[in-house]
Amino acid sequence: MEQTKNKYVGQAIIKKDAKALLSGKPAYTDDFVPENALVVKLMRSPHAYAKIKKIDTSKAMLVPGVEIVVTYKDVPKKRFTLAGQTFPEPSPYDRLILDEYVRFVGDPVAIVAGKNEACCQKAMKLIKVEYEVLEPILDFKQSLDNTILIHQEDSFVGHDGQGTDQMRNLCASSEEIEGDVEGVLAQCDYLVEESYHIKAVSQAMMEPFTAYTYMDVYGRMVVQSATQIPFHVRRIVSHALDVPKSKIRVIKPRIGGGFGAKQTAVCEVYPAIVTYLTTKPAHLTFTREECFTNGSPRHEMEVKIRLGADKNGKFKAVDLYTLSNTGAYGEHGPTTVGLTGTKSLSMYYGLEAHRFAYDVVYTNRLSSGAYRGYGATQGIFALESAVNELAHKMKIDPIKLREMNMVHEGDKFTHYYGESATSCALDKCVERVKEMIEWDKKYPCYEVAPNKVRAVGMAMAMQGSGISGVDVGSVALKLNDDGFYTLMVGCSDMGTGCDTILAQMAADCLGCDMENIVVFGVDTDQSPYDSGSYASSTTYVTGMAVVKCCEMMMKKIQKAASGILELPMEELAFDGERVFAISDETKGITLPDLVTKLQAGTGEILYAQSSHTSPVSPPPFMAGAAEVEVDLETGKVTPIDYVACVDCGTVINANLARVQTEGGLVQGIGMSLFEDILYTDKGYLMTNNFMQYKIPTRIDMGKVRVDFVETYEKSGPFGAKSIGEVVINTPAPAIADAVYNATGLRFRSMPITAEKVFMALQEK
Amino acid sequence: MKITVTLNGKRIEAEITPDMMLLDFVRSQGMKSVKRGCDTGNCGLCTLWLDDKPVLSCSTLAARANGKKVTTLEGVQEEAKEFSDFLAGEGADQCGFCSPGFIMAVLALKKENPNPTAEEMKEYLAGNLCRCTGYQSQYRALCKYFGIQEV
Amino acid sequence: MYTMKNYVQVQSLEEAYELRTKNKNNVILGGNLWLKMTTRDLSTGIDLCNLGLDRIEEDESGYAIGCMCSLRDLETNVSMETEFGGAVKDALRHIVGVQFRNTATVGGSVFPRFGFSDVLTLLAALDCEVELFNKGRVSIKDFILDSPDHDILVKVMIKKDKRKVVYETLRMTETDFGVLNCAVSVKDGKYTIVLGAAPRKAKMVEVDPCSNWEDKEAKDAWLEEVVNQYIFGTNMRGSKEYRRAMAKVLITRAVDRLGV
Repeated sequence: MEQTKNKYVGQAIIKKDAKALLSGKPAYTDDFVPENALVVKLMRSPHAYAKIKKIDTSKAMLVPGVEIVVTYKDVPKKRFTLAGQTFPEPSPYDRLILDEYVRFVGDPVAIVAGKNEACCQKAMKLIKVEYEVLEPILDFKQSLDNTILIHQEDSFVGHDGQGTDQMRNLCASSEEIEGDVEGVLAQCDYLVEESYHIKAVSQAMMEPFTAYTYMDVYGRMVVQSATQIPFHVRRIVSHALDVPKSKIRVIKPRIGGGFGAKQTAVCEVYPAIVTYLTTKPAHLTFTREECFTNGSPRHEMEVKIRLGADKNGKFKAVDLYTLSNTGAYGEHGPTTVGLTGTKSLSMYYGLEAHRFAYDVVYTNRLSSGAYRGYGATQGIFALESAVNELAHKMKIDPIKLREMNMVHEGDKFTHYYGESATSCALDKCVERVKEMIEWDKKYPCYEVAPNKVRAVGMAMAMQGSGISGVDVGSVALKLNDDGFYTLMVGCSDMGTGCDTILAQMAADCLGCDMENIVVFGVDTDQSPYDSGSYASSTTYVTGMAVVKCCEMMMKKIQKAASGILELPMEELAFDGERVFAISDETKGITLPDLVTKLQAGTGEILYAQSSHTSPVSPPPFMAGAAEVEVDLETGKVTPIDYVACVDCGTVINANLARVQTEGGLVQGIGMSLFEDILYTDKGYLMTNNFMQYKIPTRIDMGKVRVDFVETYEKSGPFGAKSIGEVVINTPAPAIADAVYNATGLRFRSMPITAEKVFMALQEK
Repeated sequence: MKITVTLNGKRIEAEITPDMMLLDFVRSQGMKSVKRGCDTGNCGLCTLWLDDKPVLSCSTLAARANGKKVTTLEGVQEEAKEFSDFLAGEGADQCGFCSPGFIMAVLALKKENPNPTAEEMKEYLAGNLCRCTGYQSQYRALCKYFGIQEV
Repeated sequence: MYTMKNYVQVQSLEEAYELRTKNKNNVILGGNLWLKMTTRDLSTGIDLCNLGLDRIEEDESGYAIGCMCSLRDLETNVSMETEFGGAVKDALRHIVGVQFRNTATVGGSVFPRFGFSDVLTLLAALDCEVELFNKGRVSIKDFILDSPDHDILVKVMIKKDKRKVVYETLRMTETDFGVLNCAVSVKDGKYTIVLGAAPRKAKMVEVDPCSNWEDKEAKDAWLEEVVNQYIFGTNMRGSKEYRRAMAKVLITRAVDRLGV
């Protein structure tokens, strides 16, 4: 694995599926649904909290075309979680397919399946439900130890070590202290003590949640699903239906975006139970409204920070407490919250003391899940905002303050599983961003017209690369006729291009053309196990499995050739095309000839399989700076320019890394300025479609510019770390500070809407 | 009810229900490039051409296409290739789910206004949402396609 | 999900009106953008697409815009662009996207008298009438005050009366609904000021210009007097207090652009 002679790694290779996708070929789940599949629709709760006293489906069953109506009475009573996590999942088992209690507006009450949507809709109107409406908890600050309990069921299962306590509405809880936090803070010359709030924003991937199910000829259920986690879906469906995993096969075709949303199996269990009960194919695609109300959005969090520094600006101690709102169910509740501390505090080096504590509570709100950034986004918004606030308090340049405190390569991280910064160019990223945005010229602000001010603001970010000691990536390689390889992967390409990236690595390892690598994934019956595409793991974890697997394959090729050439292995070399004797290159055999011989019975058919788990999770780092224009008359904040510089180790695909970054930044800009979560006082989500939940269009985002500073991470394939998630973390704090620099107003909650700015300007 | 539509150059007759949307109709005819991304006419994924004009097929009644020409990405593969190659060259396809509708809008722009300014170009395409790319790589591909200097 | 049992392309407006009045679940189809988002069970969809109403006719005195004309055709009409100095385009260009505006019709946008309507806000600032099948010609002002009924909007007539008009809007994202829409026109020294999305049906008032626009006090007093004639409300896009403040900003910008 030498850095120098890569033919594909580092290049802007076109995605392997580009041609099919760009010519509109059938590629996604909904493009393959069997024509006779039952249409599945979910009748949903109008109440934030209620008990179903009576449910009468008799009239609904009479609607022509209706095949089945399922209620809570018909489903298995063993609780499970929809979170796509390695078993045993940290998320509590608090779900049933349908429950006697409905815990938020939109919680499913009944499943209706029929020959078309119209008959299902008609049937849903005829289901008579009598509810005992219960008082809900809508404010997550009121949840802990409230007399109202969200989960009072005996069958609830909390997992050890998460601090779960259903009798306190507590999904998870923890506290870690290092050093004398109170003592050190008391002696600090400067203290910033504030709380920051991020709402339950949605991933809003373009392809809605969708899955269909059918029984195969062996009587097993096939689940075809737009999922990031095929192997976890197999387990989740098995838990939900209470059938053995051997009875389930999951296939993932192309996915129309995920960003973490599809790391939770939000829709698969419903068509699955329909197929289970009827043996007929069944299909469910969420409407866009359902994607918002019953998806898996970011956890709403309030992060309280106390940041103390000495008179020179050296950080001494941080106290960080996060209150996270998991909503009605606990998917990813215990785990997202941890990142608010681990992936914020560790950007700063040399703290004398710190405390990181959290509570994750249940409410009668949307159930949350995994969204790119996974808690780090919330924590970094808080800590980076606090650092900016400290800089303003001290009247020093926020970049200078960071230069004094940031982590450098070789430093032991403040709070990061005992790991050290083995590869880190955070300092260079900050320097580059400063240059790109022309910080010294523009900071803090300048007027462009009467009542129009432009200003800059910046922030740093980190994330992880996979979950250390947990995530498993595995791949298999088959050597075929003519010497082409099949690379079988279990990770999910969701548009990110991991199939291509892994093929680039394989081609360079094997010394062949990329054309010679066919990528296949994912089918749980055929693909090797992979925990899935999340936690920024694919390039780093599965990539390493590719490297290992290719090494094994090359050895096997040499060994097979040694048998045929009747020469010892040590005397042979393989250049990707031919195995030959080192001493006499004319003595050898080409790869196609070798396979021909092997397939003619003169040896073993070549197959290699390897898996990888990393004991560490080296963080990618980045810096981002925003330039915004504030209209002082209306309060409207317009993004002008966003620059970012990323250290993701080795860039494997120059295009795809850049597009990941640009896409993440614009999602971050959306969260900072436009994307709002608004409820009625009864708990109904008003921002439940693209008419009301405004993601940025191409004329809202301003300009985005990205650069890279490469490092070489020894534990990663070709020196790579991750990139998928870190890229969403800087816009919120950077934009908030740019708005401060333009107006003197500090916003500690997102989004920063025109009205909020205008009203605050009036009060000033 | 029965309609006759020229779908991607082929005359077809089909039985439809009065409330069927053109999106569902063309998909039932095998034109799977046309996607549904929302319920509210906001995403642009279902964009196709009705008598050569880009429309939202999610909101257009199939009945209204009776006697008209309907064109989806499947019907303009040659014409689309140049721009698609620029997209692929930038890695701007990403998940690809918004690509067909986006490409149909881009080709429509090319016909309406072969030499747009960067501003006109972006505004024309504002009704095509994309969540993967942040639009910047699409912008680079567009600039190459329309011969616009990137700013 | 809405349903519709029958679909009829009518051959005359008489036929359409007869069908429309026969059953409350018979509806005139516009662009179908709103209709398909409802959960209504409709009987007959009445399509006027065969009646030649998808055109903009023009003579020296003005324009007659057919109800089936698309918003995009209105936006890109070259003559109107010149006549109204780009205000038509300014009012329409923000509505979702080109494919949306190719799908949406003028009739479908105007007849329901939506509170958020950009089109109505613009039209109310012009010398404009609507032609209704049953009621005949009605001024845009009276039309807005009425509620939608069984009548059919046939055409929108705009006079060329040499007025200057500008359109201002405040939006959270560029293609969102307006937080507030504002059209101001001036003719013979009098202003017509229209505010839409307040968030209620567009309302026009006619006022004399400010006595001294350069004088802050006079200007503030004039603006206060103008906005006092409107009622503002709160919805998810803004509070009434914010909208009231923004009304002054948008009107000021419009007056500044009119340059009188």
